[in-house]
Amino acid sequence: MSVRIFVPRDSSAASVGAAAVCRAIEDEAARRGLAVDLVRNGSRGLYWLEPFVEVEVSGQRIAYGPVTPDDVPGLFDAGWLEGGAHALFQGPSEAIPYLEKQTRLTFARMGLGDPLSFDDYRAGGGLAGLRRALDLAPADIVAEIDASGLRGRGGAGFPTAIKWRTVLNAGGGQKYIVCNADEGDSGTFSDRMLMEGDPYCLIEGMVIAGLAVGADTGYIYLRSEYPDAWEILENAIVIANREGLLGDDLLGSGKRFELNLFKGAGAYVCGEETSLLESIEGKRGLVRAKPPLPALQGLFGLPTVVNNVITLGSVPWILANGGAAYQAHGMNRSRGTLPFQLAGNLKCTGLVEAPFGVTLRELLYDYGGGSASGRPIRAVQVGGPLGAFVPAADFDLPLDYEAFTAAGATVGHGGIVAFDDTVDMARMARYAMHFCAVESCGKCTPCRVGSVRGVELLDAMLDARSGGANDDTLLRDLCQTMLEGSLCAMGGMTPYPVLSALNHYPEDFGLAPKREEKVA
Amino acid sequence: MHPESSAVPAQADLLPALHRMQARLGYIPDQAVAELARTCNVSRAEVEGVIGFYHDFRREPPGRRRLQVCCAESCQAMGADALAAHAQARLGVGLGETTADGGVTLEAVYCLGNCACSPAVMLDGRVHGRVDATRLDALLAEGHAA
Ligand SMILES: Cc1cc2nc3c(=O)[nH]c(=O)nc-3n(C[C@H](O)[C@H](O)[C@H](O)COP(=O)(O)O)c2cc1C
Ligand code: SF4
Repeated sequence: MSVRIFVPRDSSAASVGAAAVCRAIEDEAARRGLAVDLVRNGSRGLYWLEPFVEVEVSGQRIAYGPVTPDDVPGLFDAGWLEGGAHALFQGPSEAIPYLEKQTRLTFARMGLGDPLSFDDYRAGGGLAGLRRALDLAPADIVAEIDASGLRGRGGAGFPTAIKWRTVLNAGGGQKYIVCNADEGDSGTFSDRMLMEGDPYCLIEGMVIAGLAVGADTGYIYLRSEYPDAWEILENAIVIANREGLLGDDLLGSGKRFELNLFKGAGAYVCGEETSLLESIEGKRGLVRAKPPLPALQGLFGLPTVVNNVITLGSVPWILANGGAAYQAHGMNRSRGTLPFQLAGNLKCTGLVEAPFGVTLRELLYDYGGGSASGRPIRAVQVGGPLGAFVPAADFDLPLDYEAFTAAGATVGHGGIVAFDDTVDMARMARYAMHFCAVESCGKCTPCRVGSVRGVELLDAMLDARSGGANDDTLLRDLCQTMLEGSLCAMGGMTPYPVLSALNHYPEDFGLAPKREEKVA
Repeated sequence: MHPESSAVPAQADLLPALHRMQARLGYIPDQAVAELARTCNVSRAEVEGVIGFYHDFRREPPGRRRLQVCCAESCQAMGADALAAHAQARLGVGLGETTADGGVTLEAVYCLGNCACSPAVMLDGRVHGRVDATRLDALLAEGHAA
């Protein structure tokens, strides 16, 4: 009997040596004449323990991590094939609190099996959502999404059902489902994980979206920085066509859906949905003015659903389990769960799927284990480069779209980047402006010119700050202009990190600390 | 590639064509611009505009190796600035430049999706996480041997 050993093929696990660990296990097993069956699974999301290796012992998965190739002989010596004790022993995976406490709905299958095995997908509950959708009228699929309370996970939090209904009601011609897999925000990797670890889930979600709105063609716009996800999706699409999850006869229903992969080219702004559509059309990624809404005049001028990977990846679960079951989680108008991503200076970085309402403090300390450096956490940026910095005083804020908006912050795509007390917030503010200057599509002046002026102003403040007599009037004016006058959130939200840094950490700018009370 | 059922303009193949060409040649040469303009049914200026808009596309041949150091927030929180400074000092070039011997092109990149294993770099299309100066030197040396 060969023992099953799981070593993730996830690119982040690979980035810290998972492939070498895999080879070391094979070699060592061969040397000892032991039969092992290596499964390359997706990541469980406990990244600080990657490479996270699991050994199946009497039907239970026992975890070891982080494993290096040099640890492998010792792990065999310790009897890890029988779950033996070792310094890297983490116990049964399911009982690790980080995993046990989570509410994994969208990520229910994550890390369990070989991402490309269609049998694993079926056995793990895959296709149940699509089967149900095939029995429903389009409007009833939309109603189920409506009942779930699902809102867009790409950042804006727009109700998914409203978008779908608009496309459904946009006549009977050609329509498109476009998956936004541009995931440009630093601190986010849940899209990548889902595509690499459970690709059929995304495909199933897109097919269901197609049935709901009457679209038979889809595109996944995948950023070029994700070559591993590209390869997995390419293979997954071939297999899905063979298995009837895609193609001309979906699960024998006679309905069809065709899926295309499209590679981005390194432009952050192409994550903005209209810029993304321009990009697929072969143009520069200039943001389009709205209206017209992409739902009515989207890709090639036709009605188009643009949704984030996680939005679409949540759809199969909702169809399979019912909208009510999904909306039973969460708080206020933020229903269901969000796969939060703990990144930056945290001890236990990784993927935490939890219901809305979990507090930053719980994420940072109960899950995250505090800073990796052991120093106090001074600032947390939530929601990517356009998200505000949240100071320690606000760590009890619940993760809820409206609560964050009220605090001048944003949940965004659920990326949480922690900084310890060595962070220089004036430099972070400069970085935010610099990033906007580099990535601006250039269509409107407040963003294109404003961001360059912002960098200049901040450079001047950085030069003069030791004198302690800086003035931020001009910078605040500029931020106001960008907030009010930008066409999209690139220029429109870059002031979030800048102003939050100014408001909460004025001392870093050479400003009098009293500024703090002025703006909450 | 594209479904026959819909009228997809030839221009929609521009980005895929640029990616294919760059994968083959490493950059987009002058003569290719005219060729792409013709096959994608757009002006040469439009092709240049697209190449210029996207950070991925290059009009000059790159170094034999491509080192991208992530300079986004999560990696900054874990020492990316020092790592980028080390890379520049070691290679003797700035970000966006190629070493004099054409060996390495050094670039800043904004997020590799490896934020749970920051700081990260990508070397010739492979991501490496939890990279410090020593590991970066080893990675660069490894490639030379191979
Ligand atoms: C500058 C900018 C970058 C964006 N990047 C992304 C991205 O990488 N992924 C994403 O899903 N949405 C991104 N968005 C949001 C999209 O414009 C859009 O709201 C989203 O794709 C809609 O899908 P959802 O409703 O499922 O969230 C970005 C927006 C802006 C302004
Ligand atoms: S805000 Fe910036 S990115 Fe958005 S449309 Fe204007 S110039 Fe383009």
